[in-house]
Amino acid sequence: MESIIEVNDLVKRYGATTTVDGVSFSVDEGEIFGILGPNGAGKTTTVECIEGLRKPDGGSIRVAGLDPQSEARELKELLGAQLQETELPDLIRVREAMELYSSFYRDPVDWRELLDDLGLAGKLETPFRRLSGGQKQRLSIALAVVGNPRIAVLDELTTGLDPQARRDTWDLIERIRGRGVTIVLVTHFMEEAERLCDRLAVIDSGRVVAVDTPAGLVAKVDHRQRVRFRPSAPLDHALLTGLPEVSHVERAGGQLVVTGTGDLLQAVTALLAQQGVIAGDLRVEQATLDDAFVALTGRRLESEEAR
Amino acid sequence: MTAFTKLTMIETRLFFRDLMAVGLGLGLAPILLVVLGLVPTFREPIPGLDGLRTIDIYVPVLVAVAVATFGVFILPQLMAGYRAKGVLRRMRTTPVQPGTLLGAQLVMGTAMTVGLLLIMLVIARLAFAVALPQNILAYLVSFVLATAATGAVGLVVAALAPSAASANGIGMVLYFPMLFFAGLWIPRANMHPILLTISDFTPLGAGVASLQDAAVGDWPQLLHVAVMVGWTVLAGALAARVFRWE
Repeated sequence: MESIIEVNDLVKRYGATTTVDGVSFSVDEGEIFGILGPNGAGKTTTVECIEGLRKPDGGSIRVAGLDPQSEARELKELLGAQLQETELPDLIRVREAMELYSSFYRDPVDWRELLDDLGLAGKLETPFRRLSGGQKQRLSIALAVVGNPRIAVLDELTTGLDPQARRDTWDLIERIRGRGVTIVLVTHFMEEAERLCDRLAVIDSGRVVAVDTPAGLVAKVDHRQRVRFRPSAPLDHALLTGLPEVSHVERAGGQLVVTGTGDLLQAVTALLAQQGVIAGDLRVEQATLDDAFVALTGRRLESEEAR
Repeated sequence: MTAFTKLTMIETRLFFRDLMAVGLGLGLAPILLVVLGLVPTFREPIPGLDGLRTIDIYVPVLVAVAVATFGVFILPQLMAGYRAKGVLRRMRTTPVQPGTLLGAQLVMGTAMTVGLLLIMLVIARLAFAVALPQNILAYLVSFVLATAATGAVGLVVAALAPSAASANGIGMVLYFPMLFFAGLWIPRANMHPILLTISDFTPLGAGVASLQDAAVGDWPQLLHVAVMVGWTVLAGALAARVFRWE
């Protein structure tokens, strides 16, 4: 497949702070490309350089062959963006916002059909301020793609939405991709990245630590598994850690979480049987993207609640 | 329809949906005109002023009220609010520059102010027998210069205020002194010489002086024209320097 976005060695500094420190990746036409990382990792700065909103201090960017700084006008015809924390005037109606943004582009799509697709057809006369959070986000997706762009950059689209609205939004993103739009999705939600993205760049402290498919990232830490259970009687941790398959034992509430490799489950259950301990709620967990992230960056993504 | 036409149309509709802005922007100056016109003594000739009545010299002051309400209140608040909410920033990701939006707001505000000017001249003429300006061209030139000077001051407010609320606060601080020196409380004719000199150097003091001159058939004084042009250039340049889209 063709690369539609090429970022090479991008650097962006603010005063003495280097927010983006040599980021490189490329995005293929038609894919959903995720940019995953904790808050403050430089994700938004990176995409704002791609959008032409910020001038890089180093490196190069090509979007469909265009330089976002010197060919900004042309770039904006083919790249639609949804920004964090931007709003429309309180009293503007959905219909007016769509008509207005359509008038900005040379070759806009039929916005009525777009709103139908996004489930906003019944809200044409509703003022922006009376829309729910999920509806505002859907409108902002509509505005990002009304110009019939080849690329849509969506930044923290689902932050602040309830789980149902978030899942609905994911469906919409897949539908937009179904229209042939390449999507760059900035997120700090693992589940979102895992569910939607064809490929991901994991960014931490302004650097790319890995670019791969979600499965590819997980595969890097695939050898690890976890057995989780509630022991019916106290169990000496040393017995577990003594097993060659076990690398780590941790207590979580009333449960034991045993991490290890190889035939971990077999080894643990054999030990439990020998000790006469029954394992309640026994579960085996494979590595997730979350684990991959921890393995790559040495830390966990902040949860939304912690923001 | 071009983006600019569309923006101007929608900005105008949004303005009419905000009842506070409509009441203040379109209601205040004509209502003041009617109230002052109904005061009997304001309709009697002032001795020594060639038969001019208080209401005659107040019409230009009320035109200044209309100009100031849009120039330092309504438009800066709109612009600062749009910046604080990220409306301008959002527009930067489209092929249309956010400057187009500010331009549309300026056109809307100017159209409203011109409309108000006409409405007030008609009310003054029909209800209170105020003569139409004797030098129409000078009157229009004075109006345009006063509007530009006040608008430029408003742009500085829009450029500096971080939010709609603070634009409102700064606007308030400018609005009343500007109108004081325009002669809303003490007509320029009755001002102490020191106050009058200060008034000559404010955008609306110079504006009202020029409008009053044109109303009786004279051309504006060079000083007043220079003051208004000076405010437009200096404040306009300052606004252009300090304005940020986000």
